Amino acid sequence: MKFLRKIFDNLKEKHGDKKFYPLIDAVDTFAFTPNHTTKLGSHIRDGVDLKRTMMMVIMALVPCLLFGMWNVGHQHYIATGQVGMDAPLMDEFMGKFLYGAIRVLPLVIVSYASGLAIEFVFCIKNGHSIQEGFLVSGMLIPLIMPVDVPLWMVAVSTIFAVLIGKEVFGGTGMNILNVALTSRAFLFFAYPTKMSGNAVWIPTEGMATVDGYTGETALGKLATAVGKPVGDPSTSEMIQSNFAEGGIFDLHNSILGTIPGSIGETSVIAILLGAVFLLWVGVASWRVMVSMFAGGFAMAAIFNAFAVNEFMALDPLHQLMIGGFMFGMVFMATDPVTAAQTNTGKIIYGFFCGFFGIMIRVFNPAYPEGIMLAILFMNVMAPLIDHYVIQANVKRRQKRLKAAAAAAS
Amino acid sequence: MSSKSFKIRKGLNIRLQGEADKVYATADPSETYAIKPPDFHGLVPKMMVKVGEEVKAGSPIFHDKYNPKIIYTAPVSGEVVEIKRGEKRRILEVKILADKETQYETFKQANPTDLSREDIIDALLQSGLWPFIRQRPLAVVANPEEMPKSIFISAFDSSPLAPDNDFVLHGHGEEFQAGLDAVAKLTTGKVHLNVRAGQGSSKVFTNSKNVQVNSFAGPHPAGNVGVQIHHADPINKGEVVWYLYPQDVLAIGRFFQQGKLDLSRVIALTGSEVKHPKYYKTVVGASIKNLVAGNVEDGNLRYISGSPLTGTSIDAEGYIGFYDTQATVLPEGDEYKFVATKGWMGPGFDKFSASRTFPTWMMPKSKKWRLDTNTNGEERAFVMTGQYDKVFPFDIYPVQLIKSIMINDIEEMENLGIYEVAPEDFALCEYVCTSKINVQKVVRDGLDVIKEECM
Repeated sequence: MKFLRKIFDNLKEKHGDKKFYPLIDAVDTFAFTPNHTTKLGSHIRDGVDLKRTMMMVIMALVPCLLFGMWNVGHQHYIATGQVGMDAPLMDEFMGKFLYGAIRVLPLVIVSYASGLAIEFVFCIKNGHSIQEGFLVSGMLIPLIMPVDVPLWMVAVSTIFAVLIGKEVFGGTGMNILNVALTSRAFLFFAYPTKMSGNAVWIPTEGMATVDGYTGETALGKLATAVGKPVGDPSTSEMIQSNFAEGGIFDLHNSILGTIPGSIGETSVIAILLGAVFLLWVGVASWRVMVSMFAGGFAMAAIFNAFAVNEFMALDPLHQLMIGGFMFGMVFMATDPVTAAQTNTGKIIYGFFCGFFGIMIRVFNPAYPEGIMLAILFMNVMAPLIDHYVIQANVKRRQKRLKAAAAAAS
Repeated sequence: MSSKSFKIRKGLNIRLQGEADKVYATADPSETYAIKPPDFHGLVPKMMVKVGEEVKAGSPIFHDKYNPKIIYTAPVSGEVVEIKRGEKRRILEVKILADKETQYETFKQANPTDLSREDIIDALLQSGLWPFIRQRPLAVVANPEEMPKSIFISAFDSSPLAPDNDFVLHGHGEEFQAGLDAVAKLTTGKVHLNVRAGQGSSKVFTNSKNVQVNSFAGPHPAGNVGVQIHHADPINKGEVVWYLYPQDVLAIGRFFQQGKLDLSRVIALTGSEVKHPKYYKTVVGASIKNLVAGNVEDGNLRYISGSPLTGTSIDAEGYIGFYDTQATVLPEGDEYKFVATKGWMGPGFDKFSASRTFPTWMMPKSKKWRLDTNTNGEERAFVMTGQYDKVFPFDIYPVQLIKSIMINDIEEMENLGIYEVAPEDFALCEYVCTSKINVQKVVRDGLDVIKEECM
């Protein structure tokens, strides 16, 4: 490694005060933890740093990424009739996985390339070192995309998210909105014709689809039931056949993740693997996860109790297992920068992320990704929640002061 | 007096190699001694001696420019050999070449219980013992004109590698009690002597009279006086609490018993790079030169006066700070670490962390660590949340307070509790910080603003 070290030392010496120093510095600090020692305050420092923390999140995303690749292939094979609907899942395993990898990896590469490009531009412009925030955002963005989204749209939405969502606020740690969700929301609102409908979820590449195959997501199917009472013959049977035991979207498949949807969001099992890892290493907040689940469940249960259509009538647990709810809960709502920062605040914030998420999804089926919008909304509300939590602490202190003053007089 | 017990739940014990064995080692006494004005935050010293003058132990060296009553005296007798200045001619060290046999200024011997508050304050001011008494808020030398609502003495130090006061004060019960008697006169409120719960603290502490003995359980910073004040008698705006440490009380007791300034002090020499970490009997202001000579490992080393969390860097011939009872030697960590082996992508079996991002948190608690001074990463904006809260046992939101200081919002600082904290209370926050923010410096800056604007 001495050889590599020498290259960096030479480069740094040569470009010490030049424009591209932050770039060289970024690559260097990526490869080597710097030789900085403590100058002020505590002489010893914890082993953890932001890079390590971000790496933990990326590791937690690996199950979702791998499953997503396989599932992209799986859906493609089913849609084009290369394997039957009822064929064992492991059929053509490598074929499915490789097909998915070929479709997904370009998204990952485009997301990282476009996002990091913006980060580098700002670092060079402002002359500060690169902060690691985008390491995670860059992986999250492809995982919440439909697989058939054009690459240029991914690039545009990523650039928008990093630029408007983060850099204008001052970069990593300063943003108000979750960067990955901002990119997804941008895509959703900027290219509605491409993003709505069914075609985007399944890559068919012009191949003929098997009879009766629509490629609709679970939420897309449920949305058609809105406005029609429970038991309406035009929807009831369709919902029943899809969501009851044995249907495409039954609870088993929804948890396993063998259904159409955004790349990383479908498999609850893969997401929970990531969640367990994040909680194990203590990087994500269990408060947000638990309270968001509770909030979502509460809303779904209320809907279930007062159902006026088949969407609302869906079993609460099943409601949480479809769409982006679990992925949002584990990886989006827990973003420490945009979530509430106080422990009490996290519980309130998480609860309403879940509560509003299900509410938007069911009440406004034009926005099937209600979870995304709810989390973005709660990102905006998080500072307000924290404000009231902190004010309670301030009031406690002021009360003590008054009591002391009264005792003294 | 009635005693109370408190349980501190938040905090962190950093288990380092190189704890001092409970035996006294001998080393040649220090040839030179130094009083370092930077030890007293905010002090502008006004010299009262010149280079070449002879002084006795207890002779004035300099006084506080803005409060001339507070004088700082020589810990030993000898010749003033150097006044070391830094930037802007700020005085950094006043060095004294010690006599073989210490000559003492004579003061009045007395039983503190017979003296009035004013007599005791005058005696402490004249002898130069006063600066041992510090105050919260601000964590600076106390103002003798003020009346504290209570006085706190932390009988134990919970910071990493800290000396064991039970061992240090063993057999000094009488002097300690005399010191407590003097201190007790300084307030109309209580004197809180806080011992560690459940460890069978030394009888010197538990048998103390004239004070309220409280017990504190829990990890570091349970021994920090700031934590103890917060739980036992929290400070409101406008209130003042004084505090001092056991060896300071001892010095005060000795002074009244003997009528001379005897600043003998026991120092624990600690740290992974010390070959034989032990206790040494020295005097305040001694150099570590003779303690570390031939007693440390090879390599690039960091010498610290004080604890690894809050101490001050000194060089290998540097002087132990006025308030410090510990000197620590750690390896410098000025090496690059390759990403996949020892860096952020590495397995991390060599990294101690309060987070669980390295597998080492599953290792047995008995494992002791050799930590170096590498920052293990670069400074970043605040990203992680909830991290400080886990090691900060105050009913205060630490990150919010830090941010209010960073934006210089005085009202917010007051609201969030700045009067109750000192930099040392944030040392663990600084240690665990993922973003490597120098939190202690921020807190000190905030307190400076508060001192300027509000006190």
